[in-house]
Amino acid sequence: MGNKFKESIHSAVNNANLTGALGKFSEAYKVNRAKAYEGIDFEELRGKIAELKSYAASHFEELSDQFTQNAEACGAKVFRTNDPAKVREYILKVAQDNNVKTVVKSKSMATEEIHLNQYLEKAGIEVGETDLGEWIIQLAGQTPSHMVMPAIHMTKEEVSDLFSKEVNERLTSDIPRLVKVAREKLRPAFLAADMGISGGNIAVAETGSIVLMTNEGNARLVTSLPKIHIALVGIEKLIEKFADVATILEALPRSATAQLLTSYVSIITGPTPNCDGTMKDLHIILMDNRRSEMAADPKFKQALQCIRCASCLNVCPVFRLVGGHVFGKVYTGGIGTILTAWFDELKKSEDIQGLCIQCGACKDVCPGKIDIPDLIMEIRRRLVLKQGVPLLQKTIYAVVNNRKLFHGMLRAASIAGKPFTSGTFIRHLPLFLADLTDGRSLPAIAEEPFRDRFKKISQPRLKERVVFYAGCLIDFAYPEMGESLIKILNKAGFEVVFPQNQTCCGAPARYNGAYEVAEKNAIDNIKALLSVDAAYVVSACPTCTVALAHEFISTFESVGQTEWLPKARELAGKTADFSTLVKKLVDEGRLALKEGQKLGAITYHDSCHLKRTLKVSQQPRELLQRTGYELTEMFECDTCCGMGGSYSLKLPEISAPILQRKLRNIKDTGAATVAMDCPGCVMQIKGGFDQDGASIKVKHTLELLAEQLDI
Amino acid sequence: MIYEQFKARAEGVSAEVYRFATKKAALDFVIGFLQEEGLADMPQQSALWAECSFLDGVDRDVMRGLAGLKFAVTRKLASEARFGISQMEWALADTGSLAQNSTAIEQRLVSSLPTIHIALVPTSGILPDMPALLSRIHPKECAYLAMITGPSRTADIERVLTIGVHGPERLVIVFVDELGGTV
Repeated sequence: MGNKFKESIHSAVNNANLTGALGKFSEAYKVNRAKAYEGIDFEELRGKIAELKSYAASHFEELSDQFTQNAEACGAKVFRTNDPAKVREYILKVAQDNNVKTVVKSKSMATEEIHLNQYLEKAGIEVGETDLGEWIIQLAGQTPSHMVMPAIHMTKEEVSDLFSKEVNERLTSDIPRLVKVAREKLRPAFLAADMGISGGNIAVAETGSIVLMTNEGNARLVTSLPKIHIALVGIEKLIEKFADVATILEALPRSATAQLLTSYVSIITGPTPNCDGTMKDLHIILMDNRRSEMAADPKFKQALQCIRCASCLNVCPVFRLVGGHVFGKVYTGGIGTILTAWFDELKKSEDIQGLCIQCGACKDVCPGKIDIPDLIMEIRRRLVLKQGVPLLQKTIYAVVNNRKLFHGMLRAASIAGKPFTSGTFIRHLPLFLADLTDGRSLPAIAEEPFRDRFKKISQPRLKERVVFYAGCLIDFAYPEMGESLIKILNKAGFEVVFPQNQTCCGAPARYNGAYEVAEKNAIDNIKALLSVDAAYVVSACPTCTVALAHEFISTFESVGQTEWLPKARELAGKTADFSTLVKKLVDEGRLALKEGQKLGAITYHDSCHLKRTLKVSQQPRELLQRTGYELTEMFECDTCCGMGGSYSLKLPEISAPILQRKLRNIKDTGAATVAMDCPGCVMQIKGGFDQDGASIKVKHTLELLAEQLDI
Repeated sequence: MIYEQFKARAEGVSAEVYRFATKKAALDFVIGFLQEEGLADMPQQSALWAECSFLDGVDRDVMRGLAGLKFAVTRKLASEARFGISQMEWALADTGSLAQNSTAIEQRLVSSLPTIHIALVPTSGILPDMPALLSRIHPKECAYLAMITGPSRTADIERVLTIGVHGPERLVIVFVDELGGTV
């Protein structure tokens, strides 16, 4: 990551206005969004949207033709181009041919994408943004920090300073008054403008209609008062059928601002009369700018299902800390990272793709059903293919891919780490590594890893067997978790087998785009784990479980590895996460837990991969409650803890505040214990409480259950 | 039932909703409302009433006695008016929205420039939802379909909801049963 980029992150996370406004908004958003979707089957709705948008993306050429024909039949002029420069030239030409002096605009990200304002202003045309947020940032000389709420990063005091200069009057920071000032100041601009420029939320091929949505009413004025109206529409806004407008209108306002519908929706089909009886000069520009190239890419075509609601920004634990400007000048957040890689260039996404912690919160809420985290991983993969892995990382992966060397080094670290270790934690690290222990202690590497301890555990002779995949954290930092797992599964009548040749699951390499490394890890693990005949392969780390159950397969597919694909599928079929397996065994009557005790209050933290990829959230809760824990849910129980594997090492300045928020939410429940199913989350949260000083027990579910086995 | 749903949803977004059985009762209400709100023949106090079927059979001469109420819509008058009155053809119960074929510019001027928009709606024009509306519309015969849900709003400064930016700050919805049966 570049220094400049790191600096922009640093200044963003230390901007209290920004993090305060975004934090408050994101907390309210989740609640309000859920309310807005009450009574609606979101999965069904987004299934419909994904289907109709995906169809459109496969038929851009036909739909553009159809749109053009129908809009022109109604009297609109349609201009189609792939080139942003041609868009700018076209608009300037229309303006000059009509002697246009002033333009009013309603919010349009497509015009931001092609930097239209600066271009027109250079040609001597006055351009006024009329969306309040856009106007604010125009006056401030800034760029939007959010697709739907462009000025969310600014305080009312800053806005009052800007407006005071604009109207030559000292204004207070009273928001209703500031809004009035904007109304009074912009009204004459609307009435005087020679041309209106808008975007388009939807373009309908079968009718040649464009749909515009606003809350302020500015799009109505932009499209009604000036005699010329130009709508700039990206071709990804095309849909085939008029009736499908209803489908998108059902989701867009709910997902964008948790409204049932925006205050104003205008559906424009051809020119309408002007005030003086003449007809409107209506131009619609269908802009490609690499969108059809994107549609031809089997992986990224999906991104064209975006309806630009920005809900992926609103639920992102990273976005709410850093805001939009860290992402760049136009499109921000999760989908913005992807759009920047395409509409700008792949290179520009190099830094910002690293902001994604892969928690999957955005994927859950996307009304276009886009797997945003997966596409960001694909960007990483392509960057690595193009530019290679940085040398330091390369060295690390070379080590990780050599199991003996890797494990040898981890053993050595248990000794080397000693000078900094206090009890079971590393509290401080020297020099540039200090960031890693800022706000969080790291676990000391165990003196004896699980793989060595395992050999000394004597298990009863049992008929059925389970293969245990430990993963690096349990193996080398929390071997006692492995021991608890054996205790539980023995009780259920399974002998636990630990193939010594198992190695890193490859997730760290994969999440950094080094798929070839992940591929090698996957093959090594498949060989090891399928070498034993067993009913299940169980893991107590959700990230590892996801690797075994899903990612070995998708890594092989990405790199074209077909030889090991059937074996990867076989392994996936046998893989289970700890809580799901244990819940099953309890339900089948194979495992008895002590029940109905009074164990006190507990709160549960949902790990990202467990909740959102494996869709497991109730099993551990039910097991803990059955033994007698009283569950008190924390606020945002399924929001990321900030660990994200190596993320917390690369971006500790973002990881740390995410952790602090999690610690606060845990403390607020008053529970004495917090349970979770992921050793990575345990490492993050336990380390956080170690430095914080709170005496809250941080436990993996399996540690708690091992204490409650019925004799 | 469908009316109650509409009313709840529309009031949920700060619209004011009334219902009258007859045109006469509705007219009395509108006139009373204008007078109470300070109707006068001067900029920022005048009212502008766009052509609509509600006005059919209404004796406009009687209303001419109301100083400041005008029927000939121009851009200048609309930009000066405090009240804009128009008839919206449909209402959507599940979102509390109004809809109108606004191809005629006059319809848009009176509903977007004044501070208060009074919308007359036939009670029979209440539809359940957006699909019901779009299935009734042929875009070729409706160059400008306008939907209005509550007054103009913004939350662009510190996410604080504020009413009345570029459009009206009040939306007064008046259902008239007599304009087309009952729901």
